Amino acid sequence: MAVAETAVTRKVVERASSGARTKDLLFRAALLLCLFVAVLFLGVLLVDVAIDGVPLITPDFLTNFPSRLFPEQSGIRPALVGTLYLMVLCAAFIVPVGVAAAVYLEEYADPSRWYNRLVEVNIQNLASVPSVVYGILGLAFIVRGPIDVWGLGRGSPTLLAGALTLGLLVLPVVIIVSREAIRAVPPSIREGALALGATKWQTIWKMVLPGALAGIATGVILALSRAIGETAPLILVGAIAFRLTDPTIDGQFSALPIAILQAAGEPRPEFQVLAAGAIVVLLVVLLLMNSVAIYLRNRYEQKW
Amino acid sequence: MDGELVRTRTRRSVGEQAIKVLLAGAAVLSVLTTIGIVVTLITESSKFFGEVPVADFFLRTDWAPLAGGASQSFGVVPLLWSTLYLTAIALLVAIPLGLGVGIYLAEYASPRVRTIFKPIVELLAGIPTIVFGYFALTFFTPLLQDQLGIDLQVFNGLSGGIILGILVLPTIASVSEDAMSAVPQSLREGAFGLGAAKWQVVLRVVVPAALSGIVAALVLGASRAIGETVVILVASGNNPNLTFDLTVAHQNMAAFIANVARADVSAGSVAYATIFAVGTTLFAMTFVLNLVAIRFVRRYRQVYE
Repeated sequence: MAVAETAVTRKVVERASSGARTKDLLFRAALLLCLFVAVLFLGVLLVDVAIDGVPLITPDFLTNFPSRLFPEQSGIRPALVGTLYLMVLCAAFIVPVGVAAAVYLEEYADPSRWYNRLVEVNIQNLASVPSVVYGILGLAFIVRGPIDVWGLGRGSPTLLAGALTLGLLVLPVVIIVSREAIRAVPPSIREGALALGATKWQTIWKMVLPGALAGIATGVILALSRAIGETAPLILVGAIAFRLTDPTIDGQFSALPIAILQAAGEPRPEFQVLAAGAIVVLLVVLLLMNSVAIYLRNRYEQKW
Repeated sequence: MDGELVRTRTRRSVGEQAIKVLLAGAAVLSVLTTIGIVVTLITESSKFFGEVPVADFFLRTDWAPLAGGASQSFGVVPLLWSTLYLTAIALLVAIPLGLGVGIYLAEYASPRVRTIFKPIVELLAGIPTIVFGYFALTFFTPLLQDQLGIDLQVFNGLSGGIILGILVLPTIASVSEDAMSAVPQSLREGAFGLGAAKWQVVLRVVVPAALSGIVAALVLGASRAIGETVVILVASGNNPNLTFDLTVAHQNMAAFIANVARADVSAGSVAYATIFAVGTTLFAMTFVLNLVAIRFVRRYRQVYE
């Protein structure tokens, strides 16, 4: 009803002044131009990378180790395996910790207490700390420092240290998205469970978390896709581009962004283009992850 | 009977308390992360400032921390300049484009158009920054050189700065769109009722009403641009330049840190400690910007929710 009235008033106004109408058209055209430029950049970027990279994608490219001498034999196996390892380890860290923090902040924390507000501001700030700073933390605190990943790394860069650093980097994303999912579960669900004699934790575990599952899963996948695309923290914790064996959790490792960075810096064009191949693989992995997220959201999302 | 009831209750509540403590521990981990960052930066930079006077670091304009012997110098001004200059170029691109996209999606797009273009803008935000770096180096710089005839070095500030702007665009677009969508419909209807045209409603009612959110969007965008590493590392070269000239190399603080980490610099040397002094400077700058942004976001939420 209100909308219809607005449309009528607008028509009257537009008829009344034709100058305003031209300005309106110009303004609208300028806005559309902005959108066009943004979409154009995205389109050109994707097409450019695809033209360079797709012809390189062969089974050999995926399963060969990198080569400094023969570009046609060079592959991304250690980088791809490294990225998949990082993803799994990172997930094992951020799912329990991120969801637990979100449950605490939504279900237990009293937002009027100063310490809970501090935690909240802190998480918002952490979400925008530059990734290279997390790299510094990973280097000084995890690789060389007091934590040293339970002595596994012995002061040298390990895959586990890389995964933990990436985990800390994306933890705020998991917490923020999971909180929204938990908040979307209506209070009546909790009240019903509590009225039937369930404890607070039983209510959360049996009613709230299942209801928020789709949202939490989406958040975790979002966070993981950010984690595996990060380059700077991995440079700092010491990932290397040239590895001639598969990575192990407690050993040196490579990852796709590092392989891309290394290839992009190659002065020889036939090696530089290998970066495009690795980019295509990385983008395909990201695309698959996001498809899973969309599927989960559509399939399991609760309608209250 | 009675005793049993009480006992069950206590056991239960002990378990419940334990769970609460565990969950709170997870939340505290995020605070520990910040403390870890601050402690690392302060202790490691204090080693650096034991060797290099603070005044030399912040006031001198000769920057060659990786050079050997007497030519080694630690005046951070050129690096600060290049960082802020690249950020300014990026914002020059990202603010008009990002706000344009934000305003279009919030005020003009029909629901159908929005369901198509919002995911596209999100897609732009989801592309790893290393991909933007590769694109800037192998496509955009040659494009500027060959098609537009600009006399650019292979590694230059212009290409890196512009692509950095494209990278920041989705942040500005989506935060400002959120802010404008939160403006109540009644304000728009009131303005229409007074005879305003659509563009007047948008620019004189909606944008001012959403101003604190829009400021937050710009500040968050600036914070992202200052802290971005790989685009600049790949596209803009390995040394900062105290000049307005964009055709030459520029390096920002984050790219410097990554570059030192990649180079074979022995841990414990002063050159290596530079990472932490620069890191502290970078963290301090983004920290202030983030707090400002958080404050502004909170303000618009309070007004309309």
